[in-house]
Amino acid sequence: MGSRASTLLREEEIEEIKKETGFSHSQITRLYSRFTSLDKGENGTLSREDFQRIPELAINPLGDRIINAFFPEGEDQVNFKGFMRTLAHFRPIEDNEKNKNLPATEPLNSRTNKLLFAFRLYDLDRDDKISRDELLQVLEKVDVEQKMSIRFLH
Amino acid sequence: MAERWRSALLLCLLMAANSAANSAANSAANTEAPAPASTGNETTGTGHGTATITTLPIVTWKWHHVEVPYLVALWVLVSWLCKLVIEANHNVTNYIPESALLICFGFILGGMIWGADQVQTFKLTPTTFFFYLLPQIILDTGYSMPNKLFFTNLGAILVHAVIGTCWNAATLGLSLWGCHQAGAMGNIEIGLLQYLLYGSLMAAVDPVAVIAVFEQVHVNEVLFILVFGESLLNDGVTVVLFNVFDAFVSLGGGAIDAKEIVKGIVSFFVVAFGGSLLGTVFGLLVSLLSRCTKNIQIIEPGFIFVLGYLAYLTAEMLSLSSILSIVFCGVCCQKYMNANMDENSIQTVRYAMKVFANGSETIIFVFLGISAIDKTIWVWNTGFILLTLFFILIYRFIGVFILSWILNRTRLVPVTFVEQIIMGYGGLRGAVAYGLAVNLNETNIKEKNLMVCTTLIVVYFTVILQGVTMKPLVQWLNVKRATTTELTLVEKVQNKVFEHMLVGIEDISGQIGDNYWRNKWRNFEEKWMSRVLLKPSARKNQDRLFNVFHQLNLQDAMEYVKEGERRGSLDFIRNESAFVDFKKKLEEDYEEAMPDIMADMADDQNGASVMRRDPVPSISLEMHEQNMRGLREAEVINSHHLLDQHLYKGRKQHRYRFSRSHLDINQDENEVQEIFQRTMRSRLESFKSGKMGVAPPKTITKHTKREPQPKMPNGRNKNYHSGDEDFEFSEGDSASGYDTSFPMRVGYRAGAGIENPAFMPDLDPSSPLHIPPWLADAGLEVNQVAPSERAQMRTPGHLHRLASLRSRARSGETDQDLPPPPHRDDDHL
Repeated sequence: MGSRASTLLREEEIEEIKKETGFSHSQITRLYSRFTSLDKGENGTLSREDFQRIPELAINPLGDRIINAFFPEGEDQVNFKGFMRTLAHFRPIEDNEKNKNLPATEPLNSRTNKLLFAFRLYDLDRDDKISRDELLQVLEKVDVEQKMSIRFLH
Repeated sequence: MAERWRSALLLCLLMAANSAANSAANSAANTEAPAPASTGNETTGTGHGTATITTLPIVTWKWHHVEVPYLVALWVLVSWLCKLVIEANHNVTNYIPESALLICFGFILGGMIWGADQVQTFKLTPTTFFFYLLPQIILDTGYSMPNKLFFTNLGAILVHAVIGTCWNAATLGLSLWGCHQAGAMGNIEIGLLQYLLYGSLMAAVDPVAVIAVFEQVHVNEVLFILVFGESLLNDGVTVVLFNVFDAFVSLGGGAIDAKEIVKGIVSFFVVAFGGSLLGTVFGLLVSLLSRCTKNIQIIEPGFIFVLGYLAYLTAEMLSLSSILSIVFCGVCCQKYMNANMDENSIQTVRYAMKVFANGSETIIFVFLGISAIDKTIWVWNTGFILLTLFFILIYRFIGVFILSWILNRTRLVPVTFVEQIIMGYGGLRGAVAYGLAVNLNETNIKEKNLMVCTTLIVVYFTVILQGVTMKPLVQWLNVKRATTTELTLVEKVQNKVFEHMLVGIEDISGQIGDNYWRNKWRNFEEKWMSRVLLKPSARKNQDRLFNVFHQLNLQDAMEYVKEGERRGSLDFIRNESAFVDFKKKLEEDYEEAMPDIMADMADDQNGASVMRRDPVPSISLEMHEQNMRGLREAEVINSHHLLDQHLYKGRKQHRYRFSRSHLDINQDENEVQEIFQRTMRSRLESFKSGKMGVAPPKTITKHTKREPQPKMPNGRNKNYHSGDEDFEFSEGDSASGYDTSFPMRVGYRAGAGIENPAFMPDLDPSSPLHIPPWLADAGLEVNQVAPSERAQMRTPGHLHRLASLRSRARSGETDQDLPPPPHRDDDHL
């Protein structure tokens, strides 16, 4: 308990995250407990191995890509803020947000940002373009290519 | 043309049967012989020795002897023939739901009987309905209930069922009473209490009608489960309300005070929870039984029917909610029965349930039609009838809107306005209401006939009119349907991507809230209930096998990848001589590889003999031909189902819809393993290269290719049979270590062989399905379709074989001492 004191969530952090992501207080605390339960190393960040330890991700064809989406460019550790930022994309869109005309910064779970997230799943090298190879890779992952072979007999 | 002749012929048959029944019934001295299986009226004599005989009769007419069963059977036959006629022409059933047509047929038949008899000899009596026709329908719904979907939406369902039904009952009763006071109905003697009683029996949405209508409409799952779940659970409320108001009516208005009302409320809880609890107990009893029925597999399927029926009757006996009881019986026993029972028994149960349920439903609707043609019950009161119809519709919609608005504030995915309309419109009344109405006490309620008539009219209105218009309404409103339209490839792929992504994120975030209780329940269930209720073999299969499978797959994963990388993906397949080379390589590499493998594997037990070399069997040309022919046909079929089958399904899709007439077997489990293995493989790759820093040793696996061989020499049929044997062997497997709840229930059957041919398509398209390997090497193009089910069904045999091989290896057998292939097959025969 003592060693983890430093990783406990502070009020102002919660406030920050709340403002940035739109999660509610209780949601943030719950997600934090999930974060800490995933964080076996107890150093306040998650590594790729921590994610891979989740068994259901192993049977998800996109598991690795999803994990990659959590890690910003070039880094191998994600802290709680980053974790929340990624998860925030998946909050349901609230109706009143649709009415806002070009707010200063769009909320993370806006339609555009959701689509951006999905785009990044394809765009592995993060050049903001989906190359033919990247698309092919996705298709491979769902195994269309291999299984679309027909053995035509002569 | 032929169809029309057939239909005409059937109609004639129907009428003939009918008149036969009539004349027979008439000659039976005019007793009102109730329709199917009622033993209420005793038959007049048994036909034994009535009059004194003077000479030995060679043949006698013993109608009385068989009267009741005969009529029962005849009516069942007639009803089913009606259904036959209806279903002969799909053009009609596309527009008019089958139930409506059945009611119309009932009218016709009723008319014929009326014409013959001047009296309605056959009616839908409440006894028959409640005791002999309804239970099997509800049992079927309970048994086939998509549990996960049901329990996820249970809150919403309960709110609609309880509050919605009470609202309907109260408003209908009060409004009618108000109108009565205002004089809109003329001179009828119905008091407030009776109005409330009437309201309570009209309030309930009927499960039979809902299924019948929604079956053809295919709305999306959530909408369906909401309406359907509500129709099932509201029985608890209906029973209570009906009994309470019935008692009040008997007591008379004056005797009702606060105490009685409190008792009424208490009785609701008792009835509803008592019924559910009773059903659960029976469900657990069935599960327990299914654990012990290994030696009587032939009557194993029967237990669920008997015990389900007992659950129903026991609840009736204790005046609890019988429908709730039987629903929960089915809901609870599903999982354990499917895990414990023999595969054949599982099929039998499902099929038999559907037969009974469908059959009963048909009979119910036909008799609903027949019962209308009866002059004695008809009382027409325009005001009453029209107002009832009006109020039922209005209040249903209002109720649904209000409740949905309240519920939407706590749901993740709100129920849209359009869906709410469908929910409101789908509030169909059916035979249950009619049964309750006929059960009314005539002495207390003078206007019973009026109520019965109105009930009938409401039922007809909802089933026929609303049933017919439901489909166009759904299409017009563009309700989100259960997806059956063909999407383009890109759309499909994209949808899959999103699904998988969503599921992945949910898993990462721990699916908070919703899943918390589910996890708790799952833990509890695994610890306690599975121990008691599952057969030891089934339990073992659920967790340990998965671990073993896990380990074995890891090894294979590695082997395969290394091999594939080394040779280039498809090279070694297309290479005709590769076959022979492998053999040599195996011998060489066997020793090389062994130590490496041993070193790598954490699990020593498994590290023993992953590879095995098998002698090359002799080739028979005849076999070749046969296989080729079979292959061609199979391929043509397979190529049609390619895309759909082989796109990985997201976890959400693993739930299936409830359907009255279709048995869906979940066959997605294979995919899950495949995905799992790929992922693990790729992870291991990175892990290994990181750890070892050197090129992985050359290890040959190709035991994957080897495995099929031992089967070949046993004759061509063996090839196909072995598939089945493997299938049967693995039936007990349910290797789902993850999600033991509904979606992954039935035999996680891909039993997951060690060499899952799932790998093969990657690197080895010549998966050992129908093509024996030697064929592949005989110069044929080996890029073939991999019908996944077939392929993966075969693997369990491999698993077994490998297991036996492994044990033999451990016991020190050398290669030379390999038992001949046929011998090995005997192991798993």
